Amino acid sequence: MNHLETNFYEAVSVILFGIGFMNLLLQNNLIKKFIGLNIMDTAVYLFLAAQGYIFGRVAPILTDGVIDASYYVNPIPAGLVLTGIVVSVSITAFSLALVQRLYKHYGSLNMDEIMRLSREEEGE
Amino acid sequence: MKDKKSFWEHLKAWVDGEEVILNADKYIATRTPKESLNWHKFFSVQNVKENKRNYAVLSVGITALFIGIMLSVVDALPEFGSPYNPSNNEVMVRYLEKGIEETGAVNFVAGMILDYRAFDTFGEANVLFLAVMCVVLLLKKDKKNYSAKEEQENQEDDFFDTNEKRPILQIGAKMLAPMVILYGIYVVLNGHLSPGGGFSGGSIIGAGLILYASAYGQKKMQTFFTFKTFTKICAGGLLTYCACKSYSFFTGANHVGYEIPKGIPGNILSAGFILPLNICVGLIVACTMYGFYALFTKGDI
Amino acid sequence: MSTEIQIILLAFLVACALGVSLTKNLFIAVIIFMGYSSIMAVIWLFLESPDLAITEAAVGAGVDSVLFFLTLKKVHILKGTREG
Repeated sequence: MNHLETNFYEAVSVILFGIGFMNLLLQNNLIKKFIGLNIMDTAVYLFLAAQGYIFGRVAPILTDGVIDASYYVNPIPAGLVLTGIVVSVSITAFSLALVQRLYKHYGSLNMDEIMRLSREEEGE
Repeated sequence: MKDKKSFWEHLKAWVDGEEVILNADKYIATRTPKESLNWHKFFSVQNVKENKRNYAVLSVGITALFIGIMLSVVDALPEFGSPYNPSNNEVMVRYLEKGIEETGAVNFVAGMILDYRAFDTFGEANVLFLAVMCVVLLLKKDKKNYSAKEEQENQEDDFFDTNEKRPILQIGAKMLAPMVILYGIYVVLNGHLSPGGGFSGGSIIGAGLILYASAYGQKKMQTFFTFKTFTKICAGGLLTYCACKSYSFFTGANHVGYEIPKGIPGNILSAGFILPLNICVGLIVACTMYGFYALFTKGDI
Repeated sequence: MSTEIQIILLAFLVACALGVSLTKNLFIAVIIFMGYSSIMAVIWLFLESPDLAITEAAVGAGVDSVLFFLTLKKVHILKGTREG
């Protein structure tokens, strides 16, 4: 049960996920928070794609007419991640649109500042 | 709310639409807030967040704990790149060995996401359409959400677009944008033969459109790409996708009695419905990417 | 040899992620994120999934960064635009 040195892709993806999560928790700037969210996304994709890789095999596109499952890598994680990447860009666009509206209303990108201003607005 | 009913009866009446809260805003204003529990006062998120140092230490600790647990899980995972991993199971074998016979696509990933799992991709195209509609809701220009200052900024931008000389960007865009768009079309059309497909080709076409729009301004784009064309292409693409894929409903799970001609694998006109589906997805993605750009710059497509 | 290159690329990924977290300037953060996405596209090639490489290069390094830059322009942070 000691595969940490061979499973370096998974290990790195876990570390990247942690860094993105720290960004999400500790950054006060909204744009940096969303960059952190994107880093978390790519970390999950890296983990998934690493699960499908098999040493010494080629990409899942028919080569030299070989129809044999032991010649290609696993195509399923690639399909899952392909849809995931495009969803992540739509999430990014939506959240950045929200950031623009927040800036228009409060004139700030700082999370604490926005929270303070919104509480003042409600309490008036 | 006066007569005593049980909670479930209230809920049932509310679901059936027989009972509504009239003047809901007034009701909410007069409602006295419930006494919160004591522990809530000490451990609310706001309290924790106000104490900067505690919050930082807490979040670093939680993340470190998480990374530690996950690294121990990674330690126990099967070896990277081994063919005997549980994720490389009979599903993959089926896709790889029967894929060409059943879908006709040389690229197994395209065959998988547009034939075996086509409904998944359909939902995903819908997610893109929904996202761009949400951005339209948030950022589209209208009289109520537009101040004079922004109007002035927009006019300045328009002025720079038309009057400023940007020869490097403009000549570069003139040479590059057609090639980028052509490459995108190639990637879309060869989605079942080579790496690529609707998503990647569509985003390449969108990037080409963005390049052109950023060099020549939105006014010039609007000669051939308006909000009307945008909605027409998006809705048309989604409806075509739906129509192409819903034949499975009428012919049964294994397309009994009606077989789509697969063609010779490797030809451009092969693989059944994968080529038209790729074109639909590509059009939707390209329009979405350009729509994001246009809404982010001017608030109008 | 290939393993060493992959380890170097992964280390670069972690360095980019840390750089995004630690830099103060938002413009530099977005540029670093762009580099992160490009390196990710190379890693997809090493993992034998060229579909993902094309998509990540077009989406992550292209469209995503354009959206971030446009937001930075709209919130008046970029230098050379208004009030920046």
